[in-house]
Order: sequence, then C-alpha cells, then structure tokens
Amino acid sequence: MAVDISQFHEMFFEESFEGLETMENGLLNLQPGSSDIELINDIFRAAHSIKGGAGTFGFNGVSEFTHDLETLLDLMREGKFAVTTEAVEVMLQSVDCLVNMLTDLKEKRDVDYSASQAVSEQFKVLLNEPRDAVADTSPSSQSPDQEEDSASSSPSTAGDSNWHIEFKPYPEVLKTGHEPYRLIRELHELGHVEISVILDGLHAYDEMDLAECHLGWTIHLSGKDIGRDNIEEVFEWIEDEADLVIEQINTTEVIAEQPSVSVDAAVPSPASEVAVTAPEDLKASNDEPEKPALASVQKNDAKNQESKSIRVNIEKVDSLINMVGEMVITQSMLCQLSKEYSSDRHEDLVAGLAELESNTRELQETVMALRMMPISFAFNRFPRLVRDINRQLGKNVELVLDGEQTELDKTVMEKLGDPLTHLVRNAMDHGMELPHERVAKGKPEKGRLFLKAFYEGGAVVIQVGDDGGGLNANKIRAKAIDNGLITEEDELSKEDIQDLILRPGFSTADAVSDLSGRGVGLDVVRSNIRALSGTLEVQSKEDEGTTFTIRLPLTLAIVDGQLVRVAGNVYIIPLTAISESLQVETKNISTIAGSVDLYRLRDENIPVVPLDEIFGHGASTEREIPKMMVVVESNDRKMGIIVDELLDQQQVVIKSLGANYRAVEGLSGATILGDGTVALICDIHDVFGMSAGQYKQDFEKILNQNTNHAA
Amino acid sequence: MNPETESLHASEAGLSVGAEMSHEMTKQYLTFFLDGEEYGVDILGVQEIRGWEKPTVLPNSPSHVKGVINLRGTIVPITDLRERFCLDGKEYGPLTVVIVLHVHADDQSQKVVGIVVDAVSDVYDILSGKIKSSPEVEQQASSEFIEGLYNVDEKMLILLDINRLLAEEAEFSEST
Repeated sequence: MAVDISQFHEMFFEESFEGLETMENGLLNLQPGSSDIELINDIFRAAHSIKGGAGTFGFNGVSEFTHDLETLLDLMREGKFAVTTEAVEVMLQSVDCLVNMLTDLKEKRDVDYSASQAVSEQFKVLLNEPRDAVADTSPSSQSPDQEEDSASSSPSTAGDSNWHIEFKPYPEVLKTGHEPYRLIRELHELGHVEISVILDGLHAYDEMDLAECHLGWTIHLSGKDIGRDNIEEVFEWIEDEADLVIEQINTTEVIAEQPSVSVDAAVPSPASEVAVTAPEDLKASNDEPEKPALASVQKNDAKNQESKSIRVNIEKVDSLINMVGEMVITQSMLCQLSKEYSSDRHEDLVAGLAELESNTRELQETVMALRMMPISFAFNRFPRLVRDINRQLGKNVELVLDGEQTELDKTVMEKLGDPLTHLVRNAMDHGMELPHERVAKGKPEKGRLFLKAFYEGGAVVIQVGDDGGGLNANKIRAKAIDNGLITEEDELSKEDIQDLILRPGFSTADAVSDLSGRGVGLDVVRSNIRALSGTLEVQSKEDEGTTFTIRLPLTLAIVDGQLVRVAGNVYIIPLTAISESLQVETKNISTIAGSVDLYRLRDENIPVVPLDEIFGHGASTEREIPKMMVVVESNDRKMGIIVDELLDQQQVVIKSLGANYRAVEGLSGATILGDGTVALICDIHDVFGMSAGQYKQDFEKILNQNTNHAA
Repeated sequence: MNPETESLHASEAGLSVGAEMSHEMTKQYLTFFLDGEEYGVDILGVQEIRGWEKPTVLPNSPSHVKGVINLRGTIVPITDLRERFCLDGKEYGPLTVVIVLHVHADDQSQKVVGIVVDAVSDVYDILSGKIKSSPEVEQQASSEFIEGLYNVDEKMLILLDINRLLAEEAEFSEST
C-alpha cells in the first residue's frame, strides 16, 4: 500500500523554516575567526535535517543545494576551514536561497534555481580556495539517508575514487529479463555503495503496472581504484534500456546543481572549470547582492508571519474565546438570578457561583494567553535586516533590542511586522548618516538603532529610534512648499512637521533608493497602526535622532469598559480612554459661536459632545435631568462625552460588527451583556472625528448665516 | 422541534404530483407574507426562523436596519423588509417573524442576516424552468433583487435573490 507522503509536506516545510531561522540566527552570531563548535554544530544540525527531509520528500534540488552548505559547515566544525566573513556571507545567502526554494515548493510553484546556482558556484570557489589546507577531506555522500556515515567517516586517501551514478531503467526493462538489484549488487563488489531511490517516475497506485519498473537510483560509489570501465562493465547489458549518468566526483568539487553530465561527455575537470567561471560569478555577486538580498528579506517577512504560528488553529482560538465569552455571560446571568432568589439555599448558590466565576476567569486567562506572544517574534528579523542594509549602504549601525519579552496579541503582532520593517528601513536609510559624516559631526562612528517595547497603562509601546540626523525642518519645509502642501508664508510648528512626514507621497530623501524614499511609506505605516487602533508619533531633534513611538492596545479581544446609557441605549466606553467622569454643572458650559459647547474643567476648556446627537438617536428625552459627562482622551486631546447615566464597569468580549454587517463609524465593535442583549462599544478616536465633522458643519452654517445677514 | 417542520412535510406531500415531471432542477423555496404578497427565498439559505425581539439600535443607520441581535453569541443585523421595500411599516408584535439567512457576500465570505417579515407561509418545490422573469419595472429599485415570479394555482410568488439583496444592502449603506 502506497503511503501518500505529501501529507507530511506541511510539517517538513514548517520544520525547515524553523531550521532556517536557527541557521540564520546562528550565522549572524558567528564571528569571523571564531571556533564556537556548539554554534557551528547547531547550524550544521539544522542544515542536515533540512537536507535529510528534502531528500526523503524528493526535493532533490534542495537537498543537493544544502549538501554544499553542509560540506562547508562540516569542514568548519572539524576546524579545517576557517570561519571567514565571506564564508558566513555565502552561507547567509544560501539560507535565503533555501527560503525561496522552499517557499516555491510549498506554494507548488516552479523553483527558480538561478539564485541557488550562483550561490553554489560561490560555495565551490570557497571550497576550492583553501584546497591545499583541506584537500582530500571526507567524501560527501549524495544520499541523505546515510549522512551520518559520511560525516563521521575518516578522510580518505589519495588513491580513492568517488563516482556518482544516476541509473534510471526504462519501464520495460524487467520484461527483457534484467534485474536492477543484481546490477547494484555487482557494484557492491567494487567498493562502498550508497543508494537513494528516484521516485519521480512513479505512477499513482491504481495506474501502476507491476511488470514495469518505474524506479531509478542515485548511487554513490567509493572505493580504491575504481575506473570508469569497471562501472560501465556492470551496466554493459542494460546501457540501451536505461538512462545512465556516470561521473566522477572530485573530493573538493561537489556536484550540486547539474548532476547530469552525459555518459559521452568526458570527465569534467572541475579545477579548471571553476577557475574560469569563478571570477565572473564573484563579480556578479559583488555587483548585485543588494537586490536579491532585499527581495529575500521581503520574503523573509512573509515567512515570519506565516510560520511563526504557535501551531494552534486560529479558528479554534477564536471559538474558544467565543466560548469564554458565553461562559462569562452565563455567569453574569446566574449572578442576576441569585439576586432575586431568596430561599435557604441562597448561600450554596452563591458559593457555586463563586466557583463558576473563578473557573471562568481561569479559562479566560488561559485562552487569552494563547493569543499572547512575546514581541521578539516581530523583532527577530531585524538583526539580519540591519546587517544587510549596513553592508549595502556602507553604514555602521548597531541594533539594540530591548523588552523583547513584552507580550502582545498575536493578531496585532502579525500586522505589526510590515510597519516595523518599514520604520527600521527608514531609519537605516534616511536617519542614519554614513560613518564619516557621523565623525564629522563629532558623533561616535557607530550608529545606534534601538527597538524597544514596554507596557504603559493598558497599552504596549514600541519605539523605533535612531541617533542619526533627525528631521531637518528646513528640508521638510522646502519639500512641502515644492509639493504645494504649504505656502512660503506658512510657519511650521512641531506638530505640522510630524503631520507632514506622515502624509502620503511625502519623502525627504534626496534620491529614491531601493530601500525607501518613494514616499509611500509613513502614511501607510500610520494607517496600518490605526487599523490596529493604535497611534504613531514622531519625536525628532536635528542631528540627535528620530524616534517613532507606536502605541497599541494590549489585546484586541477583550476590553475593560464603562457602560453608559444614552437615549435608552447602552454603550461601552473603553476604560483606557477615560480620564474621569463627573456630573455636568450647567453653569460650566459655555456655548461659543452659537453651537459649539465648551466645558470649563478646572483650568481647561474642553469640547462637549452629546453622544445621542452624533449617533443620531435624536435629542434625549431626559435632557432636563442633570447629566453625566465622561472625559475621554485620545491623541492628547480631551473631550467630554455627555451621557444619561453611568452604569457598571465590566470586562467585555469584543465582537465584530463587520462580520455580518459592516463597520460602523464611531464603533469599534459590539459585545453581549449579562442579560443577553447587545451593547455597542465606542471607538473614541472615531467619535473625535465625528464630533469635529459636526462642529465644522455647524460652524459653516453660522458663517453662512452671517453672510446672509450681511447681504 | 419547529412548527414549520410539519407544514414543510405537508407541502412536500402535496406537491409530489407536480414533482414527477421534474427532469429539470427542483428547488425548494420558503415563502412568507409581506403586506399581503407572498415572497419566496431559497430554503438552503435559511438558517432558522425566530420570533421578534428588540434589537440594539445602531447609530446613524438607515431606517430599515433595525439594529443587531445576539444570536447565540453572534452579532446579527436585522433588516425590516417592509421598510426596505418602501412599504408602510407595521407594528412589531408577538407574531412578527424574523427569518435568519446565510448570504454570500461578493468576497465569498458568508454573512448571517435577519429579515423581518409579516408571517411565514409555506415551502414550495419549484421547477427552475417554470420561473418567469419579472417584468421590467424601471422605477422600482427593489425589482433588482427579484429572481423571478412563479405561479401556484391562483397565487403568484415573488422569488427573491437573497445574495443580491445583501449586495444592494451594502451599496445602500454606503450611499447613506
């Protein structure tokens, strides 16, 4: 019975991507000249399992490519190859290649081998260079299954010859009385044989003809003094009925990308071949490492988002949260019941309820913990990114990570990757000066880029900061005038500058580069952050640096809310936005320009927003009764929201309105209260916008009236 | 289970004679009354039939969107079909019925929505070939989501395309 191994593909890919990440991190920590065997072993192990897995699943391109990498690592851990910057660089590139190859395979696309071929050539060059030092080291096997053997096998002596044989009999071969097994047994007499099967030609189970041979074999033969003649002799009778490739392997030259040298072709002389091609390859790779590197970084991003799963189906998590929400509801319903219930068993009921409550809480916490992940998942791609950009732009920037253990909701994390990458790239490209510029300014040559995460109140704060050039107010001003955003006369305040650089199409870069400067950046970052109901701020000082501060809600699933009643409807205002609540003193309200109400709150005058009006519920019937005002803050602006009554405070589970309806302005979602009814959750940021819009209308109305009077 | 189930079986038995000649596709439609007319929707899109309960009003929503209700933990919007079709509103009472439908949005996602109707009527087996297209009535915006007309004895059924109804809904909401 044939086993469908494709069902394990997903697992293989996931493990491989994890392995690649281990490799990448390891390589980044691998200092030139170091002999950290543990680290090299880690990298080697990761490469080895990828190779083994790829071989098992028939991804020969990947396993052959990984083989080169493995050979190099093997030499390194045996101390026969010094850890050099170039070697690490090539290995990092190979990691990128592998990521791309595996991604292609995963998406069932055709694999592009051009990049990997270039890297393999570099491997060959590397492996060839120190040939004198490491000549005649262990022969490497082609067979993933027998890898341990080759890894541990002792270096062979000069008289050894290694042969790579690809043997694919035609389907009819069995009918003519040939027996592949016998041939292979004969090979055993020549020397040490390692075999792996080529399953490419295999038909589906129900289409298989038992009288036909669909298998092929890759054979690695090593032994003393084996000549081409000896091998050809074995295959003599089957030559016309099989695809046969026989080639000799040089100890330092490893067949990786093009294993198909035909029988007729002479044995390649690897040394001369490499000598011819190497300079070109090196040149090519020096000329344009940027673009492939950049592309691969972007792919890495995508990868980070997908494979960094906690291996829990997100739907499951969501349904668990639903369940928890339901439990919370049941519990509060029971609570209500107990208030009206007055028999002798009252106490028991209360005790039982207390337990239910604690259970509910526990489950709730457990479930919520599933969604929380340390922010290092979003941060860990940056060491590589910074390293690449350093190389590419000739900058010398050190990345400092802080607060990587700060936990953040998974959904938020996934959507945070792109904005953060953008900010880091931006800082590297625009913010940081070149080393000589820094020295000229009297700053340390090495720039510092920091990524910091910490909690502040109910929010997570993430900062991306640099000690680079900072924002040049004059440059921004000039650019803004150029773009017609402001006129010559306009003065720019700090806030204006902040606002300008966050505008679409605004860039202060002198030239558009691969990295950034197209001006499609910060506004996208800002809108991404807004979509997560977070905020983005910029602080900058010329020549001292720029810091972007992202503020995000801890979780998107549960919110602490203040329940309020407005014109008979219950709304929920997130507690994090509320700074205080008070009873409205009518004498403190003053109406300016006819319709805009301001409330005198101690020394401040804050705008007053009647929620019933902006939500279109019509003026409340309870107008006359002294009302409550909830003072809320958003983006450092304050506003008083007029409500009829303050009700409970409670934790509510946010449910989307858009799932079955559509997003509604002024609301961030809905929730279900203890009595089973739906209450709507206010989006304070939106409410600010809505009230501003209303004021504008009112103001225009007044203006119009005035002009009418004048006329 | 549901009082509807009985009438469902009854109607199936009653119409089995007509179904004999069904070399064409037969579809079942759930019908309901709205201002004296009988409308039908594809029964496969019907999730359940509920009594009226007061929904939570959404701010600044069009008048036919009555609000949202809690349907076992899911937030479901309720549309009054009378008001949607610009008919006179009717007081909601214990007999007012909400039909909960699954509809497919343009992006293939499935949404759950409730429509308020006067009363549920019957279930009919309908041969797709016998559905007549509705006459062009230019002014009536609501004619756009009519799938066709179907005659049963003396009666005429108006068959609604619920997916188009929702698409219309989204457009309508945006324009307001």
